[in-house]
Amino acid sequence: MSLLASPFQDWNPFLFIILAGAIPTQMWRWMGAVFSASLAEDSEILIWVKAVATALVSALIANLVVFPSGALADVPLIVRVSALGVGFATYLIWRGHIIWGILAGEAVLLAGAFFFS
Amino acid sequence: MAENQGADVTRKSRAPSVIWFFRGTRNLFSIPAFILMMSFVGFGALAREAGLTVTETMVLAVSTWALPSAVVVVGSVLGEAPFYAAAFAVALASVRLMPMTMSIVPVMRGPKTKLWHLVFASNFIAITAWVYAMNRLPQMDRDARLPFFLGFGVSLAIVNTVITGVSHTLVTALPDALTAGLLFLTPIYFLVSMTQASRVPAEYWAIGLGLILGPAFFVLNSETALLFSGLIGGTIAYLISRYNRRKGGRI
Repeated sequence: MSLLASPFQDWNPFLFIILAGAIPTQMWRWMGAVFSASLAEDSEILIWVKAVATALVSALIANLVVFPSGALADVPLIVRVSALGVGFATYLIWRGHIIWGILAGEAVLLAGAFFFS
Repeated sequence: MAENQGADVTRKSRAPSVIWFFRGTRNLFSIPAFILMMSFVGFGALAREAGLTVTETMVLAVSTWALPSAVVVVGSVLGEAPFYAAAFAVALASVRLMPMTMSIVPVMRGPKTKLWHLVFASNFIAITAWVYAMNRLPQMDRDARLPFFLGFGVSLAIVNTVITGVSHTLVTALPDALTAGLLFLTPIYFLVSMTQASRVPAEYWAIGLGLILGPAFFVLNSETALLFSGLIGGTIAYLISRYNRRKGGRI
């Protein structure tokens, strides 16, 4: 079915989803439940681990905006990056209300998408 | 629902677990749940653009039940990453679920809670349910907490899996500009919610470094970009914050 992309080419897609997606995710939850009494949340190793996880996800955010697929790729780069910047700045001003950051970013993106389409 | 929370404080609530389960379910009508639903609309569109079928997309959404993991899988498909790189990147992206679970379990646990109850409930721990539960559970009777969390978590997972499928199916009927808006939901939601969930300076540094290193490494090698951005950006962020802590500085 979706055999266009390489990870799915040699794999059954569902096997790939379970082995590369579900198990590497769920194992942390199971370990967290089992070891909930034994590791301090502010230990150095966990601070590092959370920093790595955070950097990875924010790299993904940037890549989804800078190298997008589909309809988002038709919107000029400057609009996409501005929308992310405006949304983030709006969130920082209304700290604690992520909805305003999302709406502001979407407003800039949609305005730009309609203007350039 | 907010008014009900006041009544929840009573120490000896005689309501059975099933009532607490449905009280949890009612919290689907809340702003955090609404934001999460919007972002699953975005995810359905994203997965479609990446070439996943509707069934693959729904299985991916519910079996990981963590949007960053699901999006990393989609990103791996787009970057044509090999299996080991995809699995490793997913594991790194979701490692924060362990400290999240460890911090909520003592709050969720009741006097008669068994380990397998907690392991089962842990499958529904994700950023939205975690933030929501950490704010509300401490005011509730111990017996009420686990069923309340499950009511909220399980119904969120079911509703959002359906939403993902509907979004995947309907997205082609939309004008291009609106599709672009849906695809943009995932990155903007991640950026603000991740900043919201950050607690220590190392995480703020990691956000900034990841945003810069991600595209830079993608240009060099799309297959391993996420992996190295995470490891290198995260380690630098950790070292900067550690150096500043040693010096007694704040950030």
